[in-house]
Amino acid sequence: MTRYEMLGRYGTALALVVLVLFNLAVTPNFATLQTLNVNLTQVCTVVIVAVGMTLVIATGGIDLSVGSLMAISGALAPMIFMGKLVDIGSIHAAVALAIFVSVLAATILGAFNGWLISRFRIQPIVATLVLFIAGRGIAQVMTNGNLQVFKVPEFQVIGLGRIFGLPVQVILMAVIVVSAALALRRTTFGRQVLAIGGNERAARLSGIATGRIKIAVYAISGTLAGVAGLIVIAINSASDANLVGMGMELDAIAAVAVGGTLLSGGRATIIGTLLGALTIQLVRYTLLANGVPDAAALVVKAAIIIGAVWLQERGRVG
Amino acid sequence: MKRKFELGSLLATYGVVLTLIAVILFGWLRYDNFLGAFNILSVLRYNSMFALVSLGMCFVIMTGGIDLSVGSVAALSSVVAAYASPYGLAPGLAAGLIAGLLAGTLNGIIVTRLHIMPFIATLATMLAASGTALLLAQNQSVSVSYDTAFTALGQGNLLGLPVPALIAALAYIAGSIVLNLTSTGRGVLTVGGSEDAARMMGLPVTRIIFLVYLGSGGCAGLAGVILAAQFGAGQPIEGVGWELFAIAAVVVGGTLLTGGAGSVGTTLAGVLLLGVLFTILNFENGKGWISLSAYWQSVIRGLFLLTVVLLQAHLINRVGTEKPAPDAG
Repeated sequence: MTRYEMLGRYGTALALVVLVLFNLAVTPNFATLQTLNVNLTQVCTVVIVAVGMTLVIATGGIDLSVGSLMAISGALAPMIFMGKLVDIGSIHAAVALAIFVSVLAATILGAFNGWLISRFRIQPIVATLVLFIAGRGIAQVMTNGNLQVFKVPEFQVIGLGRIFGLPVQVILMAVIVVSAALALRRTTFGRQVLAIGGNERAARLSGIATGRIKIAVYAISGTLAGVAGLIVIAINSASDANLVGMGMELDAIAAVAVGGTLLSGGRATIIGTLLGALTIQLVRYTLLANGVPDAAALVVKAAIIIGAVWLQERGRVG
Repeated sequence: MKRKFELGSLLATYGVVLTLIAVILFGWLRYDNFLGAFNILSVLRYNSMFALVSLGMCFVIMTGGIDLSVGSVAALSSVVAAYASPYGLAPGLAAGLIAGLLAGTLNGIIVTRLHIMPFIATLATMLAASGTALLLAQNQSVSVSYDTAFTALGQGNLLGLPVPALIAALAYIAGSIVLNLTSTGRGVLTVGGSEDAARMMGLPVTRIIFLVYLGSGGCAGLAGVILAAQFGAGQPIEGVGWELFAIAAVVVGGTLLTGGAGSVGTTLAGVLLLGVLFTILNFENGKGWISLSAYWQSVIRGLFLLTVVLLQAHLINRVGTEKPAPDAG
């Protein structure tokens, strides 16, 4: 293993360790549970979406529609649990229905992306661009562009609740990360996803139902975007179709790229994506906590993305 | 095989011009004053920024690349141009253009020297340009000077035509000449068709790829200058989503995202088609039969993109037996 290969593979983990050590030395009050919670709650929607994005990218695709799907699920859920569509007596039933329907809607739209890509052989970037553009419009039309404000503790537990002192959405994130990592490494589905990304023709010739796998992958990406949309509105106690999930597609792609997943497909790591998202978040936190403006943090983020991907490229070429 | 495939994309290409004509005819027959001077001029004035970024994007896509940075580069250029506007029209224009060219240079270097995929390279530049714009502008919009002629670049008329539309028109003419009449232009399509083949033919592949990103940065810079001049301020947070609008316009214009084929003129038709749909919506609301909020605009644009993409896929899959390989983009 060459030096670059090492850096490319373990660089992100190394960067994370360096960042933590730096903060322990420099940033006041870094080693507190509060700092941990702030960072984890801020990063968790990005991680959840980026897990789906990792699977999509593993097949050699990309999903630009995730932010818009977040907006749709975020717009739909309050309409249901606030009784705007149908009047449901029990608030628990209404919340359950709201979560189910809005995540289902995002899943179906994700499957639609996959269907366009596998059935009509439309390039993923174009196929998902359709819902990127139309999806936010659908969410805006549903709510007429109005802010939906609510105070429903039964629903907001997914964004504000805690179990054993840990935020519920962080637990949710951990469950999603672990199950996706296991699915990618240990199941036939995972091997098939990687096989398609490595060489789609060969995968098809070896009898893999490439179309069905692709639809499943985009559907999963949709599901996770739907879940992330619900968490965002639960934290904000409000849903704004103009803003929920804005720019999320690029944050998720950045996390995947920094994490070491090949953007051309065939090699993917869910844990890497988690580390990538954590690194980007921690860099931003470090800069902000030490008085550097958010705008400068964007420039640093750009440099990190280029640096990380360049190291991986060097490592791959040898 | 190759010829048949080209026939498919040709059909898809002329479709957009025919559709544009049909939509305009529809508007002309249905609404009073649809082809009135005021309406035409305001459509042209407003869409000139999108036309410029789409032109740059078109060239990048023809090489098989993509440029996600155009929106925030335009925002950065609008801020720079606004700061330079007290010195006059030409300095404001030059400053914005140079800011765009610098961003384009950065993209070109990252793609050609560091060999990083265009998608990621330009995503990073997008973040960096946006951060720089916010830093320069200190998180607020920067007023342009009304003491100089700078605002004429966005608001003025020359020979009865809006200045921004004239700038865009000149850029399209230049783009068309470069693509069709120069060796670099023909090289753009060859590189997009097959980079390896172009290299073996002895084409300066690296230089061509660098130049398309430089050009795209320049177009985004000009769009930023017009943005500042038209709205009277440099706007660091404008331009969000412009890159995807431009990609949509290029795709609607019949340029394949796999590279190797495309046309400047139909890209303009794609921009105008997406722009005119919004006008149709306004006029339809004005008739009072229906009342669709402005939010329908993006839904309708999305549906349009879907229709075009499905038609292209249908034509390509039917005409050519060899299907184009799906690409990560």
